[in-house]
Amino acid sequence: MEAVKNIPLFAIVLSLFSGVLCTMLKNKAARIYTVLFECALIAGMALVLIYTLQTGTSFTYVMGEFPAPWGNEIRAGALEAGMALLFLIVMLMSVIAGMHYLDDMDASRVHLYAALLNLMTAALLAEIFTNDIFTGYVFVEIMTLTSCGILIVREIGRTTLAAIRYMIMNLLGSGLFLLGVVLLYDVTGHLLMVPMHQEIIELMKDPGSALVLTMATGILTLGLAIKSGLFPFHYWMPDTYGWATPTSAAILSSLVSKCYIFLLIKIYWRVLGTDVFAAMPLKYILFALGLCGMVFGSVSALRATNINRMVAFSSAAQIGYIYAGIGLGGRYGWIAAIFHIAVHAVTKSMLFLTTPRLAEVSDNSLLFKNLTGSAIRDRDAGAFFLMGSLSMIGIPIFAGFSSKLLFGIAAVSSASEPMMLLLMLALALSSVLNALYFLRTVIRIFRDDGSRKICPIGGRWDYLMPMLVLIVINLLLGLASGVFVGWIETGLSMFA
Amino acid sequence: MNETFRRFLDGEIDPLEGIMNVAEEEDSGRKELTAAMKRRHRTVIGTSKAQKLMRAEKESYYRVYNVVAVISCILLIGVLLFTVAHLPRYGAENPRATEVMDRYIERGVEETGAVNVVAGMILDYRAFDTLGESHVLFTALVCVMILLIMDKKNMRTGYEDYYTTTRERFHDLTTEAILRNVAIVLIPCIFVYGLYVLLNGQNGPGGGFSGGAVMGSGLIIASAAFGFDRMDRFFTARVSAWITFSSLAFYSFAKGYVFFTGANGIPNGVPKGTPGNILSGGLILPLDIAVGLVVACTMFGFYSLFRRGTIGGAS
Repeated sequence: MEAVKNIPLFAIVLSLFSGVLCTMLKNKAARIYTVLFECALIAGMALVLIYTLQTGTSFTYVMGEFPAPWGNEIRAGALEAGMALLFLIVMLMSVIAGMHYLDDMDASRVHLYAALLNLMTAALLAEIFTNDIFTGYVFVEIMTLTSCGILIVREIGRTTLAAIRYMIMNLLGSGLFLLGVVLLYDVTGHLLMVPMHQEIIELMKDPGSALVLTMATGILTLGLAIKSGLFPFHYWMPDTYGWATPTSAAILSSLVSKCYIFLLIKIYWRVLGTDVFAAMPLKYILFALGLCGMVFGSVSALRATNINRMVAFSSAAQIGYIYAGIGLGGRYGWIAAIFHIAVHAVTKSMLFLTTPRLAEVSDNSLLFKNLTGSAIRDRDAGAFFLMGSLSMIGIPIFAGFSSKLLFGIAAVSSASEPMMLLLMLALALSSVLNALYFLRTVIRIFRDDGSRKICPIGGRWDYLMPMLVLIVINLLLGLASGVFVGWIETGLSMFA
Repeated sequence: MNETFRRFLDGEIDPLEGIMNVAEEEDSGRKELTAAMKRRHRTVIGTSKAQKLMRAEKESYYRVYNVVAVISCILLIGVLLFTVAHLPRYGAENPRATEVMDRYIERGVEETGAVNVVAGMILDYRAFDTLGESHVLFTALVCVMILLIMDKKNMRTGYEDYYTTTRERFHDLTTEAILRNVAIVLIPCIFVYGLYVLLNGQNGPGGGFSGGAVMGSGLIIASAAFGFDRMDRFFTARVSAWITFSSLAFYSFAKGYVFFTGANGIPNGVPKGTPGNILSGGLILPLDIAVGLVVACTMFGFYSLFRRGTIGGAS
């Protein structure tokens, strides 16, 4: 067995260990350790990606001596490795770019924050690689706890309130997910995804069992939809993302919610199978809610008076895109959904790391009325915000354009005419709304009213470097989207 | 109104202030504090017009909210009952679904060396899940520490000073003769029982989580009866952190080793022992001990953090 196959195991176990280790380290050591460890993980994941692309197959890794239906398993293919690689890069960039803001935090908490980040990395990797639905649940729990933890480190009243709301919504989602898993286990008798899938194919022939399976899938989907913030469950988003520490906001919006969606996609592909999923009425519900999210998320963003809340509501709209792609199904529907996960992870983290810089030169206020001219006072942040906005709107050469194009292709290649028409309409409407609220913000922050003097913070490398990396990935996704779509297709072919 | 909102956004006003403080003790410091808080609230909340508006908004919101909540709960209950009614009857109609359980029950003792099949399942067959699960507890502890741990910054605010100066004055149980005398008799029994549950996990009901919980409650009773000062003589934050760290590190590496050898087809060389003996079940016993120590430390840590904002005194 090649050494590369051991990397996912070591990545998960060492991330868990790093979480524990960081509580024992001093603040500075914990920060440096976290950054170095993330770099090592990124190198490892790159190796796994190269290996799976070369061999063209996924590999299963038995966790212990007991094979498939009895013991735990993890499985890595090109899609999993690619997602993990991208998520780790975004995580590392968010940590480096947000490091400066950790100084505001109480000194006795920084190493605990690093510990939570490492535990979150472990959960992220485990959810991406797991081949066992219950392992998925266990690490969803770790993810829930760590995400509440990184939210409350900023001890102002508003974050505590947001964290409580976030925790309640998340626990509700976890509970529903667990109920779905229990129901699936009850009818199939398996927890590993592949044996479960074989049972499900048999069980779907019996109408009574098929009903239970549909209900179980519905409950499980509801749970993960609440956790990832699908319309109408997106009302926890603005408070959560709006008031968190920049690093936390970037990680929560671009990684945590995407990770739940990735788990859901994995369940649809590997546990149910795309044929079974396509026969379920559930996909129409997801499609409809996705479309509503695309439009209403944007409408809410338009009404926001605070830049972070606007970006957060725009996240709700983007989550809507992903779910609409999942609901549409078909070759391009899935590709578009997965591509958009990547695009949104890269772009949203950049926006959430830029807004605090704009606020910093505007009396620490995130309100639009105080942000006038902030991009002129801090040109780096202004430029990055502009590029992020253009990507969100879907201007060519940026990643957002490619993903909107993919959604368009998915719509026209869909077999159902009403779905095509609805998705096209929602795409058009949502893009116009996107342009409205993002360009309004861009115009405002670039219009100098001369009321404040220019006080450049200066190009700090620890801010510029991660932002540049994110922009380069964004441009790559936009300009070489064919390559990435090819990878996603290869990944999907070994995903089921 | 606008100014209020701004201050709210900036975190100067805490909406939970005055709601979360349930303790109403006879203490002048606290009274002055609440009076000052109320004064500040009055100036902050501002005019009666704003108050009226806010109240009206709240009421209409809650009315809609209540109706929607009740409807969705009823819907969910209906869906779940409907689903449960269609579940196959256990064992009878769905013989395929018992394939995995049958193997655990029939060959569990032979393959894991543990008489307690549940211990074999969670710590051997599905050990990866349990590895995650034991870190869930640790993650919860880290979150509580972030929220409640007391530090130099917190000490400076009037709010925390209140707790530091008066922390042992209220609910001080160390003067209670009944508790102290009963605790002297009970605590050794609790620890012996906890150890028994912990060490016997592979042979009977019990194991790390339950044994650790028993020992943790023993620590809590000890600190309630004899005071934190006595506990701090041997159970400092440092000790607790080291116990947790070494237990979880041992857990991760031991299991990582077993996963690695298992997946690569290398014999791991861990003796299974004779089923039924204390030294049996391969790694189950040491893992149970590790989990038990973590659980005991975490339980006591929660109690101590909630009572006084630190795990084990100044270290």
